[in-house]
Amino acid sequence: MSTSTIIPTVAVEEDFRTRAHNALGDQQLRNNFRTAMDSLMTKRAAAFSDAHEREHLRALGNSIRARALSKLPDLLEQLEQNLTRNGVTVHWAETVDEANGIVLSIIRAHEARQVIKGKSMVSEEMEMNHFLEAQGVECTESDMGEYIVQLDHEKPSHIIMPAIHKNAGQVASLFHDKLGVEYTKDVDQLIQIGRRVLRQKFFEADIGVSGVNFAVAETGTLLLVENEGNGRMTTTVPPVHIAVTGIEKVVENLRDVVPLLSLLTRSALGIPITTYVNMISGPRKAHELDGPQEVHLVLLDNGRSQAFADSELRQTLNCIRCGACMNHCPVYTRVGGHTYGEVYPGPIGKIITPHMVGLAKVPDHPSASSLCGACGEVCPVKIPIPALLRRLREENVKAPDSPHPVMRGQGSKYSRKERFIWNAWAKLNSSPTLYRLFGFFATRLRALTPSNVGPWTQNHSAPKPAARSLHDMAREHLGKQGDR
Amino acid sequence: MVVPSGSCAGMLREHYADLFKDEPQTLKQVQALAARTYELAEFLLFVCKVQLKDSGEPVKVALHTSCSARREMNTHLHGRELLAQLSNVERVNHDHESECCGFGGTFSVRMPDISGAMVADKTRALKDSGAHKVLSADCGCLMNINGALEKQKEALRGQHLASFLWQRTGGAQ
Repeated sequence: MSTSTIIPTVAVEEDFRTRAHNALGDQQLRNNFRTAMDSLMTKRAAAFSDAHEREHLRALGNSIRARALSKLPDLLEQLEQNLTRNGVTVHWAETVDEANGIVLSIIRAHEARQVIKGKSMVSEEMEMNHFLEAQGVECTESDMGEYIVQLDHEKPSHIIMPAIHKNAGQVASLFHDKLGVEYTKDVDQLIQIGRRVLRQKFFEADIGVSGVNFAVAETGTLLLVENEGNGRMTTTVPPVHIAVTGIEKVVENLRDVVPLLSLLTRSALGIPITTYVNMISGPRKAHELDGPQEVHLVLLDNGRSQAFADSELRQTLNCIRCGACMNHCPVYTRVGGHTYGEVYPGPIGKIITPHMVGLAKVPDHPSASSLCGACGEVCPVKIPIPALLRRLREENVKAPDSPHPVMRGQGSKYSRKERFIWNAWAKLNSSPTLYRLFGFFATRLRALTPSNVGPWTQNHSAPKPAARSLHDMAREHLGKQGDR
Repeated sequence: MVVPSGSCAGMLREHYADLFKDEPQTLKQVQALAARTYELAEFLLFVCKVQLKDSGEPVKVALHTSCSARREMNTHLHGRELLAQLSNVERVNHDHESECCGFGGTFSVRMPDISGAMVADKTRALKDSGAHKVLSADCGCLMNINGALEKQKEALRGQHLASFLWQRTGGAQ
């Protein structure tokens, strides 16, 4: 049973609002996400029951990431040196095309026909499966969620739980249809079915591809956490292991990993530690009984250096990919991950994607938020997500020819009309005379308020100003009480 | 300076300093203003140190707190404390109480579908809570929630916390 001959065909031509509208009308999707996100939020809260410890750890996580980013170029050099010393071949890729090219050249060098993959969001940035399939290389996802998503020709909808948009019944139907097994909604049985398929794939694969959670510069170590064991299998059974990751994933010291790991597993799943913590420091040594013969690391930029170059936006790169932000996001919970139409969904998706694909490709991302702040409150490394969204909105409405652009796609939502309206609004609200005049007309002429004010009246009755303003009433009340 | 809206108080107290960080003279004025800015519930509790006496009939209320007031100033706790002073008032929780009502200023008109879904869930939670009245110390949220309830032709309405406290303590007299 081939798991993937066709590549995901989720239509991404429609815009964000259209996809959101469709998702909001899908009651099954709404229920799946609400249930899943509620569960993840509860788990995280239970894992961080001590508020004092939590806030201390978050501050520590933030400082560790900030320190690493402050020396990023040096740490990357140190990482390369130590990895090379450990026998790992390091490759640099500025674009996803370059990254795919590197992976392909390794595959060709080994005449590989089959690849087994651990979960890697960076490989999603590369659309690696699509690329390799087109080159005649079979690519199987070994993370159960990714396997499910691959089977259904879809893309992941969450960075930790790729198939969270599906419930047990939907997975049961999928396995029944695609694998020809008897229909069962029993989760343990479904896992065993997937495991049997994957067992064979692990042994047949010529190459294992994985992601990296943290790359330690001090020791030249690649850290990979997982709960299923597929990460261990993927990185040790095939004779060649290719790890792919973003350049921001480097940390300075091995001891930096300890608090980051505690933050990651508790923020993501509410667990104290993952079942497996893999620490990869090179290929199999002469006396060792297992491990790959060759280990490669591909370090991908793909727009990260654009974020890095701006001191405020650089905080975007603190991210340790826990998913807590999307778990707590009222927008993500209602529209689901596919609505964002890009690799990374949710709050982190909104702040990182503009650097990867340019603001012009995702012009609605910065506005798809009520700035409620739930994400910033739970981010384990204290990325000020609402502030960054506000900053991206600013970049989005700059005149496109503004000098010293910080971002590709600057001004993609620039509108002279809107700029005029906001300037007029600012003048009105900063002039006491004009403001009082406005208040007078708004209250005295309230009967003239139109009953249809576009998007507002979609969800609300027509707004009607009060008969008198609060200031008016206060003045009268205080007047009655004598002079003050 | 007392501000009867949590998000506005937060703006003045927490965010004005950012806006004027490059203008040292204005920044001084802004910081002085921030130092004497109070959100209403906060002012009543900690400056006036009110001891409210309830003169009303038993009633169940739900309290919705704006995101900024909650996250920046813990206003939800202040509101709860004020309501707890009223002997005939029972505050009930509502489903997903800490979740955004969907207003978000321009968000409500830029993303009306998503905002609409959020306020639909919020109003449903408020109705299901069994509360007779909905209270909020934030005008933006109130406008959003009340506008939605009115469009839904529901009897339930939101009231500003200040108005409710005024009525309960016989202020109208």
